[in-house]
Amino acid sequence: MTGIPDSPGTASARAPAGRRGWWRRHREGAASLANAAPAMLFLFVLYLLPMIMLLAQSVEGGTLVHYQKALTDGLYVQVLVDTLLIAAYVSLACLLLAYPVAYFLSIAPGWWATVGIIFVLLPFWTSILVRTYGWMVLLGRNGIINRALLDSGLIGAPLPLLNNTAGVLIGMTHVLLPYMIFPLYAVMKRMDRGLLAAAEGMGASGWQVFRRIYFPLTLPGVLAGVTLVYVLSIGFFITPALLGGGKVTMVAVLIEQQIRTFLNWGFAAALSAVLLTATLLVYLVLRRALRSNMQWN
Amino acid sequence: MELSTPARLRRHSRRGAWHYALYAWCALVFIFLMAPLVVVFPISFSSSAYLQFPPPGWSLRWYAAYVSDATWMEATYRSLKIAGATTVLAMLLGTPLSFSLVRGRYPGKSALNQVSLLPLIVPVIVYSIAVYGLFGRLQLIGAWQAIVLGHTVHAIPFVVIIVSAALRTFDIGQEHAAMSLGASRAMAIWRVTLPQIRPSLVSAAFLAFISSFDELVVAMFLGGSNMTLPKKMFDNIVNEIDPTIAAVSVVQIILVTAVLIVVSKLGSGAAPAN
Repeated sequence: MTGIPDSPGTASARAPAGRRGWWRRHREGAASLANAAPAMLFLFVLYLLPMIMLLAQSVEGGTLVHYQKALTDGLYVQVLVDTLLIAAYVSLACLLLAYPVAYFLSIAPGWWATVGIIFVLLPFWTSILVRTYGWMVLLGRNGIINRALLDSGLIGAPLPLLNNTAGVLIGMTHVLLPYMIFPLYAVMKRMDRGLLAAAEGMGASGWQVFRRIYFPLTLPGVLAGVTLVYVLSIGFFITPALLGGGKVTMVAVLIEQQIRTFLNWGFAAALSAVLLTATLLVYLVLRRALRSNMQWN
Repeated sequence: MELSTPARLRRHSRRGAWHYALYAWCALVFIFLMAPLVVVFPISFSSSAYLQFPPPGWSLRWYAAYVSDATWMEATYRSLKIAGATTVLAMLLGTPLSFSLVRGRYPGKSALNQVSLLPLIVPVIVYSIAVYGLFGRLQLIGAWQAIVLGHTVHAIPFVVIIVSAALRTFDIGQEHAAMSLGASRAMAIWRVTLPQIRPSLVSAAFLAFISSFDELVVAMFLGGSNMTLPKKMFDNIVNEIDPTIAAVSVVQIILVTAVLIVVSKLGSGAAPAN
């Protein structure tokens, strides 16, 4: 069977010693590298290079003045704080909405589960712009929700649901909810339900089973979902730009303004660096938490 | 141990109440998820130029407006062209990369893996202005090919995730069997491996296509005055809310539904959780 190139690990164990074995091992590695090379070259030139060039602009002229402005000027600090807060609210809202739904999807019998999953996938695959437009129709001053509430006499004047933080929170939660449901569903679907029956059999109440067994076992899914939603939230642009009506400034909107309106590349680059750092920190911290949690289980 | 009958009944009814609360909650969340999609249907058939609900009358004028307006049609055609080219490029680059990341053994592989997935995590606005800066210097703003390059960066991670997952579960013994029967490695991959992972390739291509077709921010910066469909929709929402966008939205929702059905027949793993 020497004619068959094998996976490198076993090849090195089986191949005759000497030059041929050496060549075979390295030919495998070289072939793998050749497969990766075009994509890597592409990503380097079109991804890493522009990012590095951008970040370099934030310290152009050897000055940290742009960072100073981004991190000490009250106006911009407020934008950063608002962004982190909005992301936190959205993550919490997504978790509260998604957890029961993911549970339902994981236990529902065939047809119900299929329909439920379609209800999650269909909005997920629909353009954010379509969904944002739908929310404008629903939430506007003359929108469907206000019309229904006014007609029923529950409110005397239209509720301000659009062009403010409420609208942004509703729109972002809608866009990001599937990103919370998928990891929770994956964890719940894999769960060994025998554990729950065992706990119940030993006399645990429903609440105890949930708090001591079920919830801890779903924690990796919770962490994965929260990380994903938080990381995506802090970089959000379209929803705050459209549903915030110019009154809700998140970092991404601020960056766009700095480039489009003021051509202030240095400051936009510094803001990008801050946003990037926050994103990577959240990602790394929660990935570590996730990993240790998995080991613990 | 058997519970006494009253205790069992109590437990049973309590659980029943919990389940009703659960179903009610889920129903509300499903309504929340579907509501913004559903409302655009009646608006798109409205006879009124204003956002009015319920519509004062019914008509197809917004569909006619969409189809007869050259700028809407150009934007649609441009977006389809860009998404098609992005899909081809991302599959050609991402599939060999997946083979390399799953099967290769060389130093720095995990770093390579991280780099290829990075575009998923980095905020789109940051990447958009970065590539805007680069292409601005190269005088490429406004070229549709420039948008294809930017979108391909974002489509590669989807291809890598899905194709890698398929390759990890693929039994490499089949490829070896083909080679022991005289096929070259390339022939074995082409005739044995790729057909076996076809459902995942279909899903990956679908994801790459949609990710480009729906993308706004990169296209907004790189497109210049050549608008893609999302940019045209964005401007339409910002400037004048005219129900043409409702008609466009309905067309998109129906297309997505149709494609989802086709992909679920041909492919698998269209949900990122898989």
